[in-house]
Amino acid sequence: MFAHVNGVELTVFVILFVAVSALGFVAARWRRADDLEHLDEWGLGGRNFGPWITWFLLGGDLYTAYTFVAVPALVFGAGAIGFFAVPYTIVVYPIVFLVLIRLWSVSHVHGFVTPADFVRARHGSPTLALLIAITGIVATMPYIALQLVGIEAVLKAMGVTGNVPIIVAFAILAAYTYNSGLRAPALIAFVKDTLIYLVIIVAVIVIPYKLGGWDVIFGAAEKKFAASPNPGDGVILAGPAQLQYATLAFGSALALFLYPHSVTAVLASRDRNVIKRNMAALPAYSFILGLLALLGFMAIKAGITPITSAAGKADGNTIVPLLFDKMFPSWFAGVAFAAIGIGALVPAAIMSIAAANLWTRNIYKEYIHKDATPKQEARSSKLASLVVKFGALLAILGLDPQFSIDLQLIGGIIILQTLPAVGLGLYTRWFHRWGLIAGWVAGMVVGFWTTFQIQQTLVNPDKTVTVVKAHFGGSAFPLSKLGLDTTWSIYAGFLALLANLLVCVVATFVARAMKAPEGEDQTEPDEYFADRGDPRVQELPVTVH
Amino acid sequence: MAVHEPQDPSSPEARQRATRHDRSPWNWLLLLPLVVTLFPPIYNSIDPTLLDWPFFYWYQMAAIVFSVLVTLAVYTKTRD
Repeated sequence: MFAHVNGVELTVFVILFVAVSALGFVAARWRRADDLEHLDEWGLGGRNFGPWITWFLLGGDLYTAYTFVAVPALVFGAGAIGFFAVPYTIVVYPIVFLVLIRLWSVSHVHGFVTPADFVRARHGSPTLALLIAITGIVATMPYIALQLVGIEAVLKAMGVTGNVPIIVAFAILAAYTYNSGLRAPALIAFVKDTLIYLVIIVAVIVIPYKLGGWDVIFGAAEKKFAASPNPGDGVILAGPAQLQYATLAFGSALALFLYPHSVTAVLASRDRNVIKRNMAALPAYSFILGLLALLGFMAIKAGITPITSAAGKADGNTIVPLLFDKMFPSWFAGVAFAAIGIGALVPAAIMSIAAANLWTRNIYKEYIHKDATPKQEARSSKLASLVVKFGALLAILGLDPQFSIDLQLIGGIIILQTLPAVGLGLYTRWFHRWGLIAGWVAGMVVGFWTTFQIQQTLVNPDKTVTVVKAHFGGSAFPLSKLGLDTTWSIYAGFLALLANLLVCVVATFVARAMKAPEGEDQTEPDEYFADRGDPRVQELPVTVH
Repeated sequence: MAVHEPQDPSSPEARQRATRHDRSPWNWLLLLPLVVTLFPPIYNSIDPTLLDWPFFYWYQMAAIVFSVLVTLAVYTKTRD
């Protein structure tokens, strides 16, 4: 388990990890509420976070450890296409600025905790709400599992192998999330983000200096991709990859704000202006992410080769930890590894809370225990958060991690299918509830069908193509499969969303023609602008049921 | 249980609520970050380089700064 361990790295890592865990437990007393046994307290941190906490919390939530290892790995392997993370995190904020603020307002008036709560009240359809809740849970679970992949990559680079360290790390995480709820990741996010900023800023100054400058780094990347027989890689996008780049960035941005964990962090903020300010302040993280992506090119120049697993498969996710290991003195590499490891804890905690809230509000309370008290709701959520994390752990240890990666890929595509009910629902009641359900089904079918069709291929030096993976090989769907005479491809989720919207519209017309009963809309137009201090918002503790 | 008195329609709160909305012409500015980033042909080239960075990379990093300024402007103009 500890055969070739770097003692200094591991010591620094363990000290920081333990300190942060202690912080997680202390968080229960931070901004203390009278009673943690309430979903607004445990699951939304009292709905009272100001601009700074929200900035750290959302930043820690959206920019996950997996992002930090997978994005540079993609740039290392394929070049420019991996940089999609930058336009992706640019376009998400203007969209959230308009849309999620409405969700915040209407949720504060009605005491909604999850996006499915909103869907139920808005469209008057418990069935649609259940579909939205299940979609959210299914999409979030593999995302939690992937945070473990982030920790695993770091442990591997330090020479630590075996399952025990990961089980211990996750048990600690589960314990303090159970104990402190959303306050734990909010407090830990301060440490996590500070460490990440420190590490990345040092990395982009020190590493290019040691490697001989940016022109050498980009030069090495150009040379690698010029020599590679794969037509899809390069320092800039190959022509046909441009549509994929744009649709992947746009589709991922739309998916990001529909994820239950983003909604949870947004609903925890104190008022509308806190969210608006953060939409201007959060791109600071995008800047860091852009710099981080370029670590992929630095790894090329530094001659890093990813660690190969026992099965003989190269684990691209290890390149950033290996680069740190090679370029930094041991003590600072330890700090960098801790940053990534702790970086996994914050989103994993928020995601498990979000999934647990969906379970409690939209399945447990709706179907199992209709008159659950707030205390029973909180207890159900706390237990569910344990189950969710345990499931994620089993998925990583028991199954091939590739399975979680595939699921997360599909997760982004299926969460996007909640856009008409949640995102458009915040603006219009035009869609019939049956239309929304039909659209959701269509989106799911197209999403699964397209990703199933996508092969992962390897172009050999003699230009022949080997199929590495026959199905779920990525998210770039070749348009030629639709009979179009083109080499262009498109983000599969985007195609699924188009099908979804089309069916929503058609089925809405059909449902109206059939005079199918409209659901009752429990929301009022002006509730979408309500802010803290609004008489209705003050009713909150009473309207929470 | 908090019971709310029926409000006098001329009270400041009621008037504030009646006029409250989130439509503002300033919101249209939020389309700009999407326009500058979602059309890769605009920036998919090596030249001109800046401090050895290919255009593709420094343009998109600059787009982050641009979108922050736009969002900040809209925030200032539409503050609740």
